[in-house]
Order: sequence, then structure tokens, then C-alpha cells
Amino acid sequence: MSEIQTSPRLSYPKFTKEMRLTHKILIPQMLPIHFALIEKLLLQEGYDVEVLTNDGPSVVQTGLKYVHNDTCYPALLVIGQMIDALNSGKYDLDHTALMITQTGGGCRASNYIHLLRKALKKAGYGQVPVVSLNFSGLERDSGFQLSLPLIQKVLGAVFYGAMLMLLSNQTRPYEDRRGDADRLVKYWVEMLSDQFATGHGCSKKEMARNFDAIAKTFSQLHVTRTPRVKVGIVGEIYIKYSPLGNNQLERFLANEGCEVNVPGLLGFILYCVANGPATIDLYGGSKAAKAVYGLVMNYFAKREQMMIDAISKYPGLTPPPKFSSTMQCSEGIIGRGAKMGEGWMLTAEMMELEQHGFDNIICAQPFGCLPNHICGKGMMNRIRAVYPEANIVAIDYDPSATRVNQENRIKLMLSVARERLAHSANSAPSSRTEWVQDPYAAFASAAPAAAEV
Amino acid sequence: MKIGLDIGSTTIKCVVLDNDGAIVYQSYERHYSHIVAKAAEVLRRIAQEVSGRHAVLAISGSAGMGLADACHLPFVQEVFATRVAAQRLAPGTDVVIELGGEDAKILFLTGGMDVRMNGSCAGGTGAFIDQMATLLKMTPDEMNEAALHSDKLYTIASRCGVFAKSDVQPLLNQGARKEDVAASIFAAVVNQTIGGLAQGRPIEGNVLYLGGPITFLSKLKQSFDDALGVTGTLPENSLYYVALGAAFYSDEAFDLEDVVESLNNYSATADYATSDPLFSSEEEYEAFAARHAQAAVPRGELADAKGPVHIGIDAGSTTVKAAVIDGEGKLLYTSYQPNSGNPVPIIRQVLLDLYEKKPDLQVASATATGYGEEIVKNAFSLDFGVVETVAHFTAAKHFMPDVDFVIDIGGQDMKCFKVEKGAISDIYLNEACSSGCGSFLQTFANALGYEVPEFAKLGLFADRPADLGSRCTVFMNSSVKQAQKDGASIENISAGLSISVVKNALYKVIRASSPEELGRRIVVQGGTFYNEAVLRAFEKEMGVEVIRPDIAGLMGAFGAALYGREKAAAGAVSTLLDAGALRSFTHEVKAVTCNGCGNHCQLTVNLFDGGRRFISGNRCEKPLAGKQAAGELNMFEFKRGLLAEYKPVAGPRGKLGLPMGLNLYELLPFWHTFFTKLGFEVVTSGVSSRALYLAGQGSIPSDTVCFPAKLLHGHIERLCSMEGVNTIFYPCMSYNLDEGMGENHYNCPVVAYYPEVIAANCRCLAGKTFIYDYVGIHRERDFIARMPAILSKYFDGITAGEVRRAAKAAYAEYERYMGRIREEGARVIAAARERNMPILVVSGRPYHLDPEINHGIDKLICGHGAALVSEDSVAYLAGPQKVAVLNQWTYHSRLYAAAAYVTTQPDMNLVQLVSFGCGVDAITTDEVKAILQEKGKIYTQIKIDEITNLGAVNIRLRSLLAAIGR
Repeated sequence: MSEIQTSPRLSYPKFTKEMRLTHKILIPQMLPIHFALIEKLLLQEGYDVEVLTNDGPSVVQTGLKYVHNDTCYPALLVIGQMIDALNSGKYDLDHTALMITQTGGGCRASNYIHLLRKALKKAGYGQVPVVSLNFSGLERDSGFQLSLPLIQKVLGAVFYGAMLMLLSNQTRPYEDRRGDADRLVKYWVEMLSDQFATGHGCSKKEMARNFDAIAKTFSQLHVTRTPRVKVGIVGEIYIKYSPLGNNQLERFLANEGCEVNVPGLLGFILYCVANGPATIDLYGGSKAAKAVYGLVMNYFAKREQMMIDAISKYPGLTPPPKFSSTMQCSEGIIGRGAKMGEGWMLTAEMMELEQHGFDNIICAQPFGCLPNHICGKGMMNRIRAVYPEANIVAIDYDPSATRVNQENRIKLMLSVARERLAHSANSAPSSRTEWVQDPYAAFASAAPAAAEV
Repeated sequence: MKIGLDIGSTTIKCVVLDNDGAIVYQSYERHYSHIVAKAAEVLRRIAQEVSGRHAVLAISGSAGMGLADACHLPFVQEVFATRVAAQRLAPGTDVVIELGGEDAKILFLTGGMDVRMNGSCAGGTGAFIDQMATLLKMTPDEMNEAALHSDKLYTIASRCGVFAKSDVQPLLNQGARKEDVAASIFAAVVNQTIGGLAQGRPIEGNVLYLGGPITFLSKLKQSFDDALGVTGTLPENSLYYVALGAAFYSDEAFDLEDVVESLNNYSATADYATSDPLFSSEEEYEAFAARHAQAAVPRGELADAKGPVHIGIDAGSTTVKAAVIDGEGKLLYTSYQPNSGNPVPIIRQVLLDLYEKKPDLQVASATATGYGEEIVKNAFSLDFGVVETVAHFTAAKHFMPDVDFVIDIGGQDMKCFKVEKGAISDIYLNEACSSGCGSFLQTFANALGYEVPEFAKLGLFADRPADLGSRCTVFMNSSVKQAQKDGASIENISAGLSISVVKNALYKVIRASSPEELGRRIVVQGGTFYNEAVLRAFEKEMGVEVIRPDIAGLMGAFGAALYGREKAAAGAVSTLLDAGALRSFTHEVKAVTCNGCGNHCQLTVNLFDGGRRFISGNRCEKPLAGKQAAGELNMFEFKRGLLAEYKPVAGPRGKLGLPMGLNLYELLPFWHTFFTKLGFEVVTSGVSSRALYLAGQGSIPSDTVCFPAKLLHGHIERLCSMEGVNTIFYPCMSYNLDEGMGENHYNCPVVAYYPEVIAANCRCLAGKTFIYDYVGIHRERDFIARMPAILSKYFDGITAGEVRRAAKAAYAEYERYMGRIREEGARVIAAARERNMPILVVSGRPYHLDPEINHGIDKLICGHGAALVSEDSVAYLAGPQKVAVLNQWTYHSRLYAAAAYVTTQPDMNLVQLVSFGCGVDAITTDEVKAILQEKGKIYTQIKIDEITNLGAVNIRLRSLLAAIGR
């Protein structure tokens, strides 16, 4: 046993406290707006961080070279992007560290950090330490630890990111002057960064003020609202957001004249939190832990409400659905216990989009994504049973899937969407089918309700 | 007039409608990927002959999108176009099934409109049929004709072309009738379409068939009708529906000459991802060619041969090779011929030719290798058979005695192996999914209208080779299409394909990231390396100069001959048939189904003159020996026997069904005991079979999920059809039992939540009570506390006390079951040691026990004289392992522990079974391999899918046994 522990296979450099001063930390790109804000925050905290912007074929090639090719595409891209950056010669390799997120669930994504360390060794960068960014207490011996105030600030950035993404998506397709919405996003990213630089912007009061100002400026953009095809994007978290992962999906849809709705990162974080008490309910566990989850949920709910209130004040903008109501959407479709990967949240988001008139959905996932066999493709029949109009297309992404194939399938979905848009000039939100007959009749029993213990 | 242009993956179809909507012109032609030029040609012709300069135009088709975008022409998505046409021309249609060159589509028109297209993985359609026809040396029409005269169907994996190919090739090599194979291929296409696309939605009502393959191949249509139980309609103009739809939908008028003009301009742009050129100058090429010319074998003339000779025969998957050497190793005779499906007559000719060239031929030894090793050895009474890897290694050593890596890329397969201390230490074979080999290049060369040598030459001096990725053939089709669309020339595509073969080998099969990993002394061989573009790409990619023998394509045969020379005693005389016997040689093939056990193997019986016979297709010795080989040490068999002991016991609460799949393969003792104690009569869905799988395949929503999960749909179907089974229990379980072997004890996402998929997609459950609540058996007290509430939702009057007692018994029974497995493991190991047998720890998941999943690999292993032990019977001996990955799944923790245990036992080796598409195994395989190799053990991986061909598996096992000196 002791012999095995000393194996070089198992050793890796730790990120020490001292490295906070000596090392630059590279962060892979996922959500451009959110990550720009988080980058600013961490810089302010004294970490020398940089969000990577390298893309192109060399990222994929590097990923293919150092990561098992059957591993999911996001791992391949994230690791490829980081090693490609190290290869670039831009960084002092003895003073560079990498940061990667770790969710700690039953999905293989929890293994990214280990795959990254393996890949680094293979690529000859064994000295480069990796920092785990997680909220589940993994890697406690790392010199990078999220303090409570820092967590609060990062979450603040996530809220702002969610809001800017949401509102820009709502206005961009209708703007009178091209680029207005994006200019406004840029303005706000700079504005908020300035606030972060002076240690401001993330208190509850400041958030309320900023939320209101953001909503106001977006409502003041000059827009002309002509009916457009509305498309929701759901799926595996990295692929759904990252332009590198989804072949610039949002840009493609914008060029096709669609309004895009990408449910935010906030929902995913809340989903992770909500799984805590759900697991205790299903299988047993400590009451105290459950109470802590309750406090965290409450913290989020308050800020979420602030954002919703701010957006609701201004005409022309649609507030995001509350997480608590999103949660209800998957009721009867999939069990709350499906908590690996995007789990029940993916199903809930599709249901919610349907409920809010986004009949057209792209479910984006890496080829062979395990949880999405269940929660994405596996649930589509059920979703269609409730919303017969649901126009969902599942798109797989992987290193060799060609854009032509993907876009062709999306275009099919869009053709159906356009035809429907033409038929019903005013695209009122589709109503849930009347429950005259049991929509599940064709299938088995509905998802069982949790048993009262 | 209205023009609809349908640019598909292989053909371009065009219709012109007059103002009344009547067809005034139509054309259907192959475009050989010259998409833009062909489109321009068609339009120019129409402008001149039919419509005049001005017409309304719309474009459709999978290859038409980019072109339409770039030239600002209206594009109608092809499925949408089909729908427009079907609604107008065939009202009353419920379902449209359309097969194209590379796409398959199902369109549900009534009862909730829905369209399904094949995923990027499921390529096999028109192009697939073409590929298969090539394999059968027939045109598609001849294949159709043959299929009409079939007697029986073989199982051919229907997921993608490459899979099917590796099923078809062995069938042909083993002498199956082409008629039957042809019909089986059509059946596979049908299964693919229904299984992959219907995704749980029944195909019923008025079915309309469209597209080239169904139009031209009557047997294919018939196969669809048979499978669906309907009589579908093949309408007039079934080839033109997409083009018609585009024409109906078009509403924008164009000046066709302008359109042609803009098409011509479009083709001039060349913007695609590129790689470096293979050669920067003629001089560089000359030096390269001169260097490789040195690796030549000494030759002699057969007619002048003094003394006895040694014959090596390599009956490969696509070619048959023979080499004759004299006692000094001089090469006297070679033969290299395509294998037209059956190697026997070809080899007979070769041997006759030998005797003719040298009537007094003295043969000291004759050795066979390759896919057809067994049949050839039996047919002609050869002396030895040798596994391919060893034959190739023997030959490579001849050219480079201290070789440390051999890579052989043949027509169908790729064999690479590392050599350490003079023995093969690590073997890489291409998995069924990545057959980017010689036949792959051939397929593309032919599709583009070239022969292979000519095609390869084109690439040598390409200036900007297209970067085509490194995946399987089906993906490659789209990559090539894309590159052509982006203006890559044939030269650059050819070079790109050669580079992609190399990348596929290096990154997908060998998974190397640097030359150091392979060693510096590399021999490359196999017919594909005659292709200088591939050879150069390999050297460039790895940054190392390699040896390519001048007989690169004959190395298997040459190695076999050398092997025979080593083995044959001085003065030995071969048992090979002599010239007279060869002339009176006869060969007859019969297909029979073995009923010796539940596997029901489809046997091919080859009868030769003089009573020699050879049976193939069997997975065990039973049909050969007439009875089960006695004294096998097979723990899979033992575990199956244990599970079979859990029989239904009549109970007052009636029947309760358990599907025998995924985790139920291990938890049956638990749940059986639990529910039996509660008074249920617990019945299981029993043993899997091909028929069971097919019965459930229509409800599989994700065509890329692993095969064990897919199989579960069939088990649910079977339970639903069982008399008196109204309740089925199959719980969701995020967690498995905690064996204390890892940092957590999850199930993988598919095992954890597959019941959700079953509930949402299996219609047969309507009217049944399907219990799939979330249950945690990892916390016994909580399980006992929570179960009464869950059960009370479905049953009355089960008390908490009853549940507690049943649960106690269930946990105890589970422990007893696992205990028996461990005991048996210890017994098998002891027995094997007594008999000095090699011990293989076959590591996978509990459900790999299922013979439909493992295809009898366990019997194959035991047939080679090894003892088989399962991972769960030894994992506990090593205990929890520190690993370089997150060790958080119960089943997978056992893999690491079993591997660690094997490293401490000199007489044990590990074979890992991996389900194709298992995402978690992308992580475990590398780690298990690292654990083994750190301690100098050989890692052997066997990927399993619905594919039933055990040829590749056999090579791996025999190579492993050869490497450990058995």
C-alpha cells in the first residue's frame, strides 16, 4: 500500500499559499460575460488571473493529443485550451497555475481535474499546479480557498453575468442600431469592474441599485419588436454556453434572425445546492446539513427576487423565471433525485421554455454525454406528451462532428418554427395542454411523487 | 417556371415545374463531390433547354446548405421540403421514411408532427449499402438480386457502417452465402432506421418510402415492410420529393446566368483548415524514397530453390497473402491478392501455382495466420497456425532485431504493439469504431473516382492538405464533404485523408502523444504503408524515421513462414496437401444454427474432400467436441448459475417483475429476497437474446447510449408480455452499496437513472404499475425507514415490521451471494494453480455476465485454456486504492482494486471488458492500464457492443497468452 502511495503516477504539485503571490492562474473560457467579471474580481483579490481566449483548431488538436478521445468533448476542449496556452510560450511555466471547476457529482465531469493533471504530465508540464474551484469541499489542502466574502463576490458577478446575458439576448435581435445591446453589455462589464476594483458592487444594496440601473438602460435601448423565431438553448453546461464548444451557436442563431434564450448559470448553481436537501430527503442524512442548504437557498432567493423586481419594473423586458418555479416544471416528468450532470434541471429548463413560449429548443450536448441520455434525449417523449408543439432538436458536439451536419439539423428545427410563426402572427405563449385526458396515458405512470416518510 | 434543386451527399436531383405545377423536366445524377460545378452545370442546362434565363429557384439537400448561403440563394431544409411535397402529392400519409446517400429520416405527419434525422454517428444508409456492396464485390443492384434469394439472416450490427463491416467480413471469410449476407445487410439498415430514429414512436398507418436506396432496391423496401408489418407506398417520383418540395416552396425569381456566375465564383474560394504539406520539395521526396528503398529482403527464384521451403499464408480480411522462403530466409515467391470474400479458392490456386512452378517442391512447413487462419489450416492441412501479432512481430524482427514498436495497418484492421525484452508487451488493435485503414482510403478513392495508388500519389505534393480530423469513416464522409465545399482540391483531400489515417492510428488507437512513448525503433508495415503519403505523414507526425520493409504488405505471410521455419524440426515434411490432393479438392458450405445452448450460435460448416471439416461461428467447443468441455474454470458461468437459482416462489401478493439488466445483474439476490419475503412471486425477464433486443429497440431514445442500457428496453418488453405480471420494479439509485473502496459509491449516471428513461419511453408499460422510485440501499436504516412509505403508494397493508424483516433478509442474502462469489474465486484460483493454468481476471461490470452483451467471450477465454476469474471475486483482496482519478463509482472502484491485486500475482493477468459508448470507461481504462503497466503487467482491453464478431477479441486474447508464454 505505502509503495503504491509513493508512485509518481499519484503525485502532483499542490497549489500552495505562497503561489498566490508568485503564480499567474489561467482560467478556461466558458461564459464570456460572467468570466470577464469574475476575472476582475479575482484580480482585485490579489490573484493574478487570466481568462484564456485562445481558440481555433489547435485547441481541439491539443485536446485530442492529451485526453482520452472517448472522454467528453468539454474535457477535451478545456484541457486542450489550457495546454495550448502553455504551449504558446506566453507564460512563465514555473510561475503559472491552472484553474478548473469541479462539481463533485456522479458525472464523469468531476474527473476533469484529474484528467488535466494526467494531461499536464504527458505534455511535460508536470510542474504546473492545478487549482480546483468548487463549492463541495474537494481538495481542501489547496492554497486557493474560497473565503465566504469572496464566494459572495463571485456569486455577485454570476448574478450580474446572468442579468446582462438575459437582457442582451432579449434586446439584441430587435435593436434599431446594430451592436447597441453588445455595447451596453461592454459598458456594464467595465462599469462593474470599476466598482469591483474599489471593493464595491457586491453588497446587497449595491446589487439592488445596479440591477435597477442595468434594467433601466436596457429598457431604454431603441428597439422595434417584429415577430421572430424564439429559440431556447439548454444542455450540458459547457457546451451550451461556450462558443468554442458549440461552434458559435448563438451567433449562428442570431444570423438566422432568432431571439435566443439561454437559461442562466445561476439556475445550475441553485440546482447543485437544491440537490443537497433532496438527497437527504430521499436517502436520509443530517437535519443540520439540510438547514444550511436552506440558508443558502434563501440567500439566493432574495437576490434573485431583487433582480426580478428590477427587470419587472421596465416595460419590454421579461424577468427570468424564479428558480423555485423552474423546479416545479419537472414535476411529474422526471424525479428530483436525478442529480448527476445537469440532471432534472435540464428537463425542467425545457419544460419551462415551452411554458414561456419558447417552443423551439436546442438541446446541446457532448457526444455520448451520460446524464443527457437520461435527462435530455430520454425525456423528450414526455415533454412532447405535455407540449405537443414542442420543437426540440438534440445536437451532439464532438471533435469531428461537422458544423454542416449540426447546422442542417438546426435549420430543420428553424423551418418548422418559421412556418408556425407565419401561421400564428402573434406568438402567444402556448398553453399547457388541457388535462382532459392523462397525457401520460401513452407511457407508464408519471414520475412518482416522493414518498412521505 | 419553378426549379427545385436537391443537392444530396452523393447525388444531385433537379425538377422543373411549369406554371401549373406539372413536372416538365427532371434529372438525377451522381455528383462525385464536384458539388458546385455540377450544380452550375445543371442550372446552365436548364436555362438553355428548359426554362430560359429567368426562373423561380430554391435549393435543398444536405450538401446544398453552404452553397445556398454563400450564393445568397433561398435554402429549404430537406426534411421540411419532403414534408411540403408529401402533403401536396400524397395526402393521407402518416409516416414518411426517406433514405438518402448518407442520411436517414423519418417524418411523422399525423398525430403531432415530428421529424427525425439520423445522428452524426449513425451514418449507414445509401453510402453504407454501397460500401457493403463493394465488400461483396457486387453492384447494389446485384446485391438486391442476391438478397431476394436468401434463406436465413445473420446478425449484423446496425449502428454504423464500420461496425457492420466488421460483422460482414468474417461472415464472408467463413464462407457464408452472399445471398444471406446481402439480405442481412438490408435487415440491418432497416433495424438502424427503426431503432435509431423512431425513438419510441410507433410507425403505423400509411407509410411512404422515398429516396434512392428504397427506390432502386426492392428487397430493401420489402425488408421495411416486413419489419414494420405494413405495406408502404413507393410513390411516383420517389427520388424527387425533396427537389419537388423545394420547387413548391420557392417564391423568389432569379436570373439563372447570374446564379451560375456566382456559383463559379464561389468555387474559387478556398478556405478550410489545413495541415503542413507532406513534402516541401522534389529533393526531399527523392531522399525519402531512397532511404526506404534500403529496407529490402534478399530474394531468390523458386525454380532454383535448393532444399525444402517454408510457406506462410496470411488470409487477411481484405487480401490473401502468401510468401515462400528457403532455409536461409531468402524470399522465393510471393502472392498478394484481394480476398473476394472467400480465401479458400484463392489459396488453392496459389498452392497449385507453386507446384506448377516447381513440380518437385519440398515443403518443410506451412503456416497460416490472419482472420482466415483456421479455415485455411483445416482446408489444406497446414502444419501451424500463428496469431497475427506474433507473425508480424517475427517478420519485423527480421528487419530490425531490436525493434521496439511495430505498427501494421492493413485493409480492415490495425495492429500495433510494443516490444519489451524481446516479447510483445502491449497490444493496440483498432476498435470496431475506428477502422480508418486501407479499405477506408479505398472507399474514398473509389468514391472520388480514382484507384488507390493513383489517388495516394495525388496527395504527395499537395500544397495545403485538408485537416479532416481523426474519427471514423462515417464522420470522415462529412468532413470530406465540408472540405470540398470549402474548395479543397482532390490533391489536398487525398493528402488530408492519408494524414487522418495516421492521426487515427496514433491518437485513437495507440493514444500516443509523443514518439518517445512508442520508442525510437519503429517498423511500419501492412499494405497501407505502401502508400507513400501515409508513410510520410506518419514520419512527420511522430518526428521519427521508421523502417518500412519492401514487403510491407506481406509481413504477415513472411512472418508466418519464418515462424514455421523456427518451429519445424530438421528434416520435417509438411502435412500440406500435395498437388494431386489440391486438384481433387472440394469445398462445400452449410449454414446451421447450433442448439447446444442459449447462445444459438449461427454456425458455418465448411466441408472439404476427404472428410475434413471446419466449423466457424461457434463460441465454445461444444459443436466441435459434441459436448461441453469438462473442467472449465469459468466464473462467469458460475455467477450466471448463482443468479439462476433465484426462482419465483408463489406468494399471496402476486407476481412482481424484475428486468435482468444493468445493476439488477448484481442486486437480484437482494431484491428477489426482499420481495419474496414480502409475499410477492418474483419473476425476472430472464436471459437476453437478439430477439429480445430487437423487440425493445423501437423505444430507445438515445442511439448513442451503451448497449447494456439499450438491452433493458427488451427486458421491459418481455416482462410486460408475461402472463400475470402487472407490477414491475426497477428503482432509480444514485448510490450503490458502499464497499469502502473509493471516495464515494455512486452508480454511473446511466445505471442510476435508466429507470427514468424506461418510464418515459416504454409504451408497453401502459396499464402496468411501474415502480421506479428513488431508493437508497447504501444506508440500511434509512432504507428500512423509507421503504414502507414508498411501497404504500402501490400496495396496501405492508407493515413497517414486514419491511424490516424483509430488508434484513435481503441484506443478508446479498452478503451471502457476494461471499459465494469470493469463495468461488478462491477455489478457481487454487484449481488453476494446481493445473498450472494461466489466470485471467476479467474485469467489467456485473452486467457483462449477460451472454448477449459479452457474446461468449468468457467461453472463448476458457477455450484457450485459461481460468476465468471475475473482478468482484478478487477486488476485496487488494482493498481500497489510491488512484490518480476520482474514485467514486462502486463498480469502477473494483476495477482499480482488481488491477492492483493482479500486479501482486505473477500468474494472473487482467482483461478489461468495456462497453462501447461507456463514458466512464474513458477514465477507468487509462487508469487500470497505468496501474498494471507500472508493475510491468500487460493491459488487455476488449470493447464490446452489439457486434458479435469475436475475431479481434481472439487476436487480443491469443496475443496476450502468447506474450505471457502460453
